[in-house]
Amino acid sequence: MMQELLQYLFAGITNGAIYAVIALGFSTLYNATDLINFAQGEFVMLGALLLVTLWLQLGLPLPLAFVLVVLAVGLAGILFERLAIRTVRKPDPIVLVIITVGASIFLRGVGMVVWGRDPMAVPPFSELESIEIAGAYLLPQSLWIFGIVMILVVALTLFYKRTLTGKAMSACAINKRAASLLGIGTERMTLMAFALATGLGAVAGIMIAPITMATYDMGSMLGLKGFCAAMLGGLGSLWGALLGGFVLGIAEAMGVGFVSSGLKDAIAFLLLLLILYIRPTGILGVKSSHRF
Amino acid sequence: MKAGKLKVLAALVVGVAMAGLIFTPSAFAQDTYKIGGIFAVSGGASFLGDPEKKSMQMAVDQINAKGGIDGRMLEAVIYDTKGDPTETVQFANKLINKDNVLAIVGPSTTPTTMPVIPQCVRAQLPLISCAAGNGIVNPIQPYVFKTAQSDIMAVATIYTYMQKQGIKKVALLCVDNGFGTSGAVQLREQAGKFGLTVVSDESYGGKDTDMTAQLTKARKAAPDALVCWGTNPGPAVVAKNAKQLKIEFPLFMSHGVASPKFIDIAGDASEGIMLPTGAVLVADTLPQDHHQKAALDAYINDFKAAYGSGVSGFGGYAYDAIKILEIALKGTNGDKAMLRDNIEKVQGYVGVTGTFNFSPTEHNGLGEDSFLMVRIENGTWKVME
Amino acid sequence: MVFTLFAAVIICTGAALEGDYYHEQLLTFIGIFTLLAVGLNMLMGYAGQISLGHAAFYGIGAYTTGALTVHLQWSPWASLPCALIMAGVIAYIVGKPTLKLSGYYLGMGTLGFGMIMHVLFREWTTITGGPNGLVGIPSLSLWGLDLSTGRNYLYVVWGCVLLTFFICDRLVNSRVGRALRAIHYSEQAASAVGVDTAKAKLQVFVFSAVVAALAGFLYAHMVMFISPGTFTFLASVKLVAMVVIGGMASIWGALLGATFLTLLPEHLSVFADYEMIIYGGILMGVMIFLPQGLTRGVLDIYEKFRAKRKGTVED
Repeated sequence: MMQELLQYLFAGITNGAIYAVIALGFSTLYNATDLINFAQGEFVMLGALLLVTLWLQLGLPLPLAFVLVVLAVGLAGILFERLAIRTVRKPDPIVLVIITVGASIFLRGVGMVVWGRDPMAVPPFSELESIEIAGAYLLPQSLWIFGIVMILVVALTLFYKRTLTGKAMSACAINKRAASLLGIGTERMTLMAFALATGLGAVAGIMIAPITMATYDMGSMLGLKGFCAAMLGGLGSLWGALLGGFVLGIAEAMGVGFVSSGLKDAIAFLLLLLILYIRPTGILGVKSSHRF
Repeated sequence: MKAGKLKVLAALVVGVAMAGLIFTPSAFAQDTYKIGGIFAVSGGASFLGDPEKKSMQMAVDQINAKGGIDGRMLEAVIYDTKGDPTETVQFANKLINKDNVLAIVGPSTTPTTMPVIPQCVRAQLPLISCAAGNGIVNPIQPYVFKTAQSDIMAVATIYTYMQKQGIKKVALLCVDNGFGTSGAVQLREQAGKFGLTVVSDESYGGKDTDMTAQLTKARKAAPDALVCWGTNPGPAVVAKNAKQLKIEFPLFMSHGVASPKFIDIAGDASEGIMLPTGAVLVADTLPQDHHQKAALDAYINDFKAAYGSGVSGFGGYAYDAIKILEIALKGTNGDKAMLRDNIEKVQGYVGVTGTFNFSPTEHNGLGEDSFLMVRIENGTWKVME
Repeated sequence: MVFTLFAAVIICTGAALEGDYYHEQLLTFIGIFTLLAVGLNMLMGYAGQISLGHAAFYGIGAYTTGALTVHLQWSPWASLPCALIMAGVIAYIVGKPTLKLSGYYLGMGTLGFGMIMHVLFREWTTITGGPNGLVGIPSLSLWGLDLSTGRNYLYVVWGCVLLTFFICDRLVNSRVGRALRAIHYSEQAASAVGVDTAKAKLQVFVFSAVVAALAGFLYAHMVMFISPGTFTFLASVKLVAMVVIGGMASIWGALLGATFLTLLPEHLSVFADYEMIIYGGILMGVMIFLPQGLTRGVLDIYEKFRAKRKGTVED
């Protein structure tokens, strides 16, 4: 019994780490712009597929490929903000949401044309046997993701709390007008937030590719789960994103183990609804979000 | 009265814009035989739809290169359903009522085939589906045929093998879409007949990234073997997770992963996995006197020459459908009822998927030869006896 | 006046289309999506509440009538009120706690509800037929007249659209409508002047759910088959896109948005593999250049044009 419970927990941690690293991208963008990017999952997909091209097909060393992929996807994010988000004349949140939905379809189309329809396998970063703990097994790649997520959360927290740019970015989210009056270049901050969030998406894509494989349509489901995790933890809170991811992942795994695998999504979303009813801004969320 | 005026204007603009987009001229030319194709070329089932579309186009081009049928050329009109039932219905409508096709090949999946059936029956137009679901041709509907193997046969093939191996307890792990559930139904129903008991019955989502929880649950039930019913990439994840959990019992999969891509993405984890497949995957290892050898070699070589990529087990469904239509279209002069009657008379057509013998009571027509058991060894398929 | 004109347009179009099954069925689909969009528009455009799970109500309508007619052999006319009431009751139960959320959290709440319903449609196999769908839903007929094909169904569906438009129009210009718009601008202010905001939001939520269920009913008896694949999260997002692209807070916008997004795949299929790129591009383009939606955008262009002709530039 203990052994199974532990194995379910490990399964939950693996999925939870995946959701958390994606949720981080949602929260980072929301933090600075009050915007949800429904194409975030597609930036994750771009990260995974670009890794396949640079690392496996062109044979670049992994660290170099990693950096190049993150830069490339961040650049794509900058282009997206410049071309599609800033050009809107009277930005209404719902209009921006539909633009990001359009972008997600667009990027999926690009992914299909460039990389084809078949899933591609990505080898794990370290060729280690799965780790055995009390009869349950854990993938080394899950630990990689877990470690990276922790580092990212700490680094981002320091960035927001300690650096001027980070503080300026938070200020933009709280009140754009006031921030602008204080001499903060709000447009530049938005641009940076997009680059940061999409770059984080690329990191997520790179980290999870060995587990999920890379396909052009992987983004929609992962984006959705990441969005849920960000919501669950509280939008804009980095630790919330982390917590939300793990709560969602573990709830799903326990749902499979003790209820029914067919109902696992329903269980996860039911939990989400209950948490939202009790805490309408997520577990660690503080500020209320904007209305449409 | 400005608001009122604006309203009328809005209505007018809406009306004009709508009319412009909706009414496009219909096609009239009828000097060719038009065949419709609706496949899930993009979306979750694109691994089916994409090779099906290519194979259909290739078969049509080949027939035309040989001078068409009774001196008339074939014309393929192919639409992408994206696996969405509503879009499939709309495209079927377009094929039937606007493009005026003689017959429809596809759709690729069972949930998209079912809504098209009433339309084809109403229009009295032959439909040759490429989907696995047994419900398509059972009960028999006069205008509905299919060329893909039914899951009944796939399950029977696996279970026959298991019975020979002395396996008594099976665990099931099926994807939660149409393919997986109709497979699961067959796996449950037929188990008793082969002396098997289902000890664990789980499912997973098509885009799930980790199935260790399901596998752990299955392992608890101590089965002799596990059958995973799904299509890429899910089963590859299952294979990887099983290896990671150091699961001892053998893994069986469905014909849904019967493509080289599976070995590609599952890597080492695919070693030792057994599955039923059409002969197309192992064509190069078949003896020269095998009855399907010539048909398979032709298909595989032509496909490689046309598209530069290897074949999967799925494109053959659409290829066979066109070849069957070629036989049935002869002498009909484009009469749909006669075409339907002729399809029922097709006998002994040796195709990519197997040998087809249609009759008024058999609208799938595939015989026992449509499946054989293979095992993955050293990164390639090996036929088992 | 507008409605009479609209009715006349429907009847004339129907008469002109005699025997053209393709356009009849296409227009019927547009009608069904218009119903969905106009219901959602009441919620989004007027009350300012987003729903990312509206396909669930569409599905509830379809599955209720499907299950009753297939398993219990009910007449569709008897199952129609059941489908509508079912959607209304579920909307009431779900709406009560969910509508307390706001902004993205409301979006998430409705999204979660939509996902749960989708799992239910998929897993409750004995009632819904599971992922392979429910087969054998009867067509609609009245006194021996088959309503489910061609022009007859076109009239049935667009009759429903017209009726819904009429109700929406009345609703918008009533006390409830004013309350909704007040909520849209500022919920606190509305509440301060005595509007029962929770009640008003719940009312419009239930209304839009019932309209969606009506669309589901019409869809089920037209296609005679339903499967969970029709009522997904993506379908919900598409409905939201219809409302926003058409133009919020306008019933004509809903009509235009539904027409536009239903026809787009028909016209884009020539692009084959590039279809998704172009579809996504168009979606973005429309929103970037006409953020108020097509209806408003077209009117703006027209007004600018008139202003130019007069030689005066308003602004």
